[in-house]
Amino acid sequence: MSNNTAHGEPELVQLLTPDGELRDHPDYPLEISTEEIRGLYRDLVLVRRVDTEAVALQRQGELGLWASLLGQEAAQIGSARALRPQDMAFPSYREHGVAWARGVAPKELLGLFRGVTNGGWDPAQYGLHLYTIVIGSQTLHATGYAMGIQRDGATGEDGSAVVAYFGDGASSQGDTSEAFTFAAVNNAPVVFFCQNNQWAISEPPDRQMRVPLYRRAAGFGFPGVRIDGNDVLASLAVTRKAMQQAREGQGPMLIEAFTYRMGAHTTNDDPTRYRVPAELEEWKAKDPILRLRAHMQAQGIAGDDFFTEVESEADRLGEQLRAECRSLPDPAPLDIFHEVYAEPNTQIDLQRAEFADYLASFEDAGAEGGR
Amino acid sequence: MSVNLTIGKAINAGLRRAMESDPKVLVMGEDVGRLGGVFRVTDQLHKDFGADRVIDTPLAESGIVGTAIGLALRGYRPVCEIQFDGFFFPATNQTFSQLAKMRRRSAGALSVPVVLRIPYGGGIGAVEHHSESPEAYFAHTAGLRVVTVANAVDAYWMIQQAITSPDPVVFFEPKRRYYDKAEVDTDASPDSAAAMGSARIARQGSDLTLLAYGPMVKTALQAAEAETERSIEVVDLRSLAPVDYATVEESVRRTGRLVIAHEAPVTGGIGGEVAARITESCFYHLESPVIRVGAFDTPYPQSRLEEHYLPDLDRILDGVDRAFTY
Repeated sequence: MSNNTAHGEPELVQLLTPDGELRDHPDYPLEISTEEIRGLYRDLVLVRRVDTEAVALQRQGELGLWASLLGQEAAQIGSARALRPQDMAFPSYREHGVAWARGVAPKELLGLFRGVTNGGWDPAQYGLHLYTIVIGSQTLHATGYAMGIQRDGATGEDGSAVVAYFGDGASSQGDTSEAFTFAAVNNAPVVFFCQNNQWAISEPPDRQMRVPLYRRAAGFGFPGVRIDGNDVLASLAVTRKAMQQAREGQGPMLIEAFTYRMGAHTTNDDPTRYRVPAELEEWKAKDPILRLRAHMQAQGIAGDDFFTEVESEADRLGEQLRAECRSLPDPAPLDIFHEVYAEPNTQIDLQRAEFADYLASFEDAGAEGGR
Repeated sequence: MSVNLTIGKAINAGLRRAMESDPKVLVMGEDVGRLGGVFRVTDQLHKDFGADRVIDTPLAESGIVGTAIGLALRGYRPVCEIQFDGFFFPATNQTFSQLAKMRRRSAGALSVPVVLRIPYGGGIGAVEHHSESPEAYFAHTAGLRVVTVANAVDAYWMIQQAITSPDPVVFFEPKRRYYDKAEVDTDASPDSAAAMGSARIARQGSDLTLLAYGPMVKTALQAAEAETERSIEVVDLRSLAPVDYATVEESVRRTGRLVIAHEAPVTGGIGGEVAARITESCFYHLESPVIRVGAFDTPYPQSRLEEHYLPDLDRILDGVDRAFTY
């Protein structure tokens, strides 16, 4: 195949090597200011801190669960910083970096994992749909939304496009293949951004696929590319181009961000049961934050003052998040009935009234001195 | 203007009127375009509204419902045709886990006014997966409204009400009654139509309430006519979720007996739920237990057996007789 190297390995778009050296790529030129690079570094460090704090909060019993993004910061920050305000992103459930870049406050993410909400934010406000837990489902929502953009005539150079985030595990879902089909035949302005983090809980890629994932796009009739998912600049440049092509009517594209889930699948998971420590060590050498820092130091883009300041900002953010998490209010019992339907519903109304009476009966009993 | 329409043509006319009055209304599904759907319910809509609004989709039910959700999130009102009842099941995740829950999980920020049109029920001599009555699954799922029609007048109005509903609606079409005709006043004001969530007394009576919906309403009416000794009231339930218990209770309190007939298997069916509710709310008015008449708890049989499987006039009257043995 044409996008193989001479050795038969898939090509990987990489603009920043693990050692922090910048490389040009003929298809994905990147124009970026030093200010933007400092911004990306800050993003990476802060979302990693959000993640670290959230894992700790789960360990302390403040969260029921957390799905760590550790190791995937560059794939998420780079791609999400390529979006425009009018674009729409459809995440899975690990896209804390995407949420950060779209302006969703980290405490909003905690609500879902603390169990005080099933959603947490207004998608229209941020251009970020809610997290979707059943993997792959959101690829179809993204495609339908993109079909709506077409019908609104909202494409074009300054128009809108959609990005669907999913993982290597979700690539096996029928919904993902159906989304590829619907997007292809409609030439819909949607970019499929797959973070191949090598592990679908305990299942490695050879349990999910026999050809490199990005090559599937060819069978559906649109381009696919594999990028170094730990390279924030490649993620930014490739997503920026793919989104612009989608906006301008060139249809969908699949980006496979080749990355690594450095932590457990979730806080309930124990990766020592299925993978060897050496693998993690190998990927630590490709850490997305270290390589950007190395590049910035070598090029004089930032000095020690900057890195120290980002660290203190992360400390402040962590402290704030801990306090915010503990003060998230528990919902009231009757919230169970809220917003099941937009219109009054006789069955729900009846059950709400019955349950309200039932709850009130305890208050009455208390007033009379009963238990 | 009063027009004599079949149920299929009435749904078609209702779709057309909805599309004319709201440019956000879309029709999508398998073969709904140039073919006009396998039952021709979308006939001519592709020609008159174009391929952007009448979308021939890939043959993938999950994809149909999933992309309809995305279109609804973008402000559209997609009306999806699921070609046959038995073809729905690939779309269960998108319907039950995504569509039904979107409003609640977004605390009301998101609205997904999608309509799923599903031709359902047996009696047409079809091969398997073309004759099923899966309505109870939908009625069991919070967040969906579930309705069905028994005549052309309701077909015309309720499809429009389903489309304007801000909640997702599953609209079951009685496929063996598609060609039943009635006079429909297509120029009447939408306000003149009964609310989508209401049941309808289709025939008045005083000795027993016979509850049916969709394709069984006609059979129930025939049974009521055939019963010469007792006065049977027939209630057409119309809305399966929520159920209009006020209308059913009022009828049962007058008659003292209730028989519920549906094509779906009795176990876990709509009839069982209504029976339990009515027993609780009308206990002192009941002269006999609530009787259910439905299909057996078996897979839908080969078509040469379906006349034994589906409740017919005699099976309903047998249920009526049983109610009077107490």
